[in-house]
Amino acid sequence: MTIKVALAGAAALILLAAPALSQDAAGPTDAQIAHIAYTAGQLDVEAAKQALDKSRDADVRAFAESMVRDHAAVNDKALALVKKLGVTPEANPTSQALTDAAATQHQKLASLSGDAFDTAYVKNEVAYHATVNGALADTLIPSADNAELKALLETGLTLFREHQAHAEQLAGTLD
Amino acid sequence: MSRLTILAAGAGLTLLPSPPTLGAPASPTAGPAPRVHKVVIDKMKFGPVPAGIRAGDTILWINRDMFRHTATARDKSFNIDLPAGKSGKTVVTKGGKFPFYCVYHPGMKGDLTVAPR
Repeated sequence: MTIKVALAGAAALILLAAPALSQDAAGPTDAQIAHIAYTAGQLDVEAAKQALDKSRDADVRAFAESMVRDHAAVNDKALALVKKLGVTPEANPTSQALTDAAATQHQKLASLSGDAFDTAYVKNEVAYHATVNGALADTLIPSADNAELKALLETGLTLFREHQAHAEQLAGTLD
Repeated sequence: MSRLTILAAGAGLTLLPSPPTLGAPASPTAGPAPRVHKVVIDKMKFGPVPAGIRAGDTILWINRDMFRHTATARDKSFNIDLPAGKSGKTVVTKGGKFPFYCVYHPGMKGDLTVAPR
């Protein structure tokens, strides 16, 4: 169930990135990329806050705290950067699809508790980071025009890959 | 253990006035003076740990990332909190190999090799 939702989110991200690409041969604009990256981080912070409300597992809570801290740090930098560049992040179908998938996932997780919640949350974190990392590496970073935005996305990708590995390791202990 | 005892005894001796030694620099302890070694954290990685660390030396951990990290020994002998862009110090007190990691990002790890003084 969890994986199904995560995959739906992944599919949405991939499918919706495609029309954006077809409309513009150069790919999504920096304003769209900034919105997608910021949204992806914010959604993971919200997922982590749900985990902190519901989970009693020390390792799961520590992971969720890292997600809040790290994604907030990147997003603070992203906000400062778009302000400096005079870019207004632009909502687009990809960020909307991510938001919709996260809302569905949030609802599913809300009905779970204890070990079932922990396992579902962490598995979704693996899938979610894999999806976002794929989008960063394949679409967002190559399409970014501004060098500072590209550098921030690359920093984000390095961080999120570590998050994915951390979530995978955690998932292994919860099985 | 015996080495530590000897070291402790040696340290005690340094408190006593000692006669000047011909041809030797006026050093309060035997062996080289304690040094500071830097380990830089950048892009979610611990940089190389310098060679030649000896008991009594200081490790200066420099966090160049925008993220909070820690330098935490697996054996809990040190645990340094490193907020974004900040530094912290550990004095290594004994010889041995000390694997360390970041508690927030377990994929970040390294090994500290310390020679006894």
